[in-house]
Amino acid sequence: MTRKAVALISGGLDSLLAARLVQQQGIQVEGINFYTGFCVEGHTHAIRNRDRGRVKRNNALWVAEQLGIKLHIIDIVEEYKDVVINSKHGYGANLNPCLDCKIFMVRKAHEWLRANDFDFIITGEVIGQRPKSQRKRCMPVIAQESGAEDLLLRPLCAQNLAPTLPEREGWIERAQLRDFSGRSRKPQMALAGEFGFEDYAQPAGGCCFLTDQTYSVKLQDLWDNRGRRGYELDDIMLLKVGRHIRPSRDFKLIIAREEGETNFLSGYRHQFQTIKTVSHAGPLALVEGEPLDAEQLELACAITARFSKGRDADSVELRFSDREQDSRSIHVKPLAADQIEADWIVA
Amino acid sequence: MNEIIELDARRLFCPLPVIRLQNCINKQVAGARVRIVATDPGSMNDIPTWCRINGHQVLQSEERDKEYIFLVQKGADDS
Repeated sequence: MTRKAVALISGGLDSLLAARLVQQQGIQVEGINFYTGFCVEGHTHAIRNRDRGRVKRNNALWVAEQLGIKLHIIDIVEEYKDVVINSKHGYGANLNPCLDCKIFMVRKAHEWLRANDFDFIITGEVIGQRPKSQRKRCMPVIAQESGAEDLLLRPLCAQNLAPTLPEREGWIERAQLRDFSGRSRKPQMALAGEFGFEDYAQPAGGCCFLTDQTYSVKLQDLWDNRGRRGYELDDIMLLKVGRHIRPSRDFKLIIAREEGETNFLSGYRHQFQTIKTVSHAGPLALVEGEPLDAEQLELACAITARFSKGRDADSVELRFSDREQDSRSIHVKPLAADQIEADWIVA
Repeated sequence: MNEIIELDARRLFCPLPVIRLQNCINKQVAGARVRIVATDPGSMNDIPTWCRINGHQVLQSEERDKEYIFLVQKGADDS
């Protein structure tokens, strides 16, 4: 009887190697990948013109193709909010609830396993690889709180952990698994060489925006100014784009930094008040918050003009639109650089 | 089986177009055809890759006015 394992595929090297170690023992492997909305991969490339020349690929799909396995991509955006907002085990250096995240994803994989009649779960975890979620004492916490218990196999560090059910039952030969630990990537790179994998992804700083300091500052600002911790998918997408400037608690400007971002933000013109320079080349800005009064509107326009080609002009014409229902022309003198107060700049 | 199911994935960033296609295809019988329109350039790689690894066939693909259009046929083996 061929045993079946579901592998958590992030698109990085560790999950690739973990799945291959199990695959080469005759186990049928299928991959599962979770979309949280915070994924770094692809989005900034898709938005920004300057990144258009780069090769774009979804690394999880690429890994699945290298392994010759099916990949199931699961949208967990709604369910994941509770993980981010109500972290039980606490955040890392930024708003990254890595341990809660891992528990949640293994729990979802366990649910998928039961629904699809698979036998066990594989992850690419390595003891000591990450400071928050991959410490040795976290490993049993993940297994227990996810409900996966000893159906959770970590092939890259299995020899450092108690034998799991697949090992005890002889579905998997423990001696062929590995005893990796620590932050060094050399063992993984050597194993990749043995398997003939060369073009694998090596994300710097992880694959989740929540590990990014600047992004986390913007998310915290969003929560602070709304007076509640919560978000919609559009909120967290917009945090990936533009300059975020908050001149008052009442409103924030999201100002495009280049043409690709202007195109992206223009897709939100039915949902937001917008400001666009007319007399000079310049960015589109979204206004997030309450409707602007006359003084706020003038300030918002003067800030937006600051980031246009007319920044040194005496007067710049801009067009203000209120969700495309009301549109009018406004002339302002752009703010000077030193008139933009440091504490207005969210990120 | 001549009917083509239409999916609009414009303004969605990858992998959402792939997820939309996957969730639609999973509900269909083998041989069913789905046409998906996306605007994320990543779709050009991701949708054909997803189809290859999951045993489905891209019958047609084209880029028109910054839109990426794929006609996909569900494969026989969806186990």
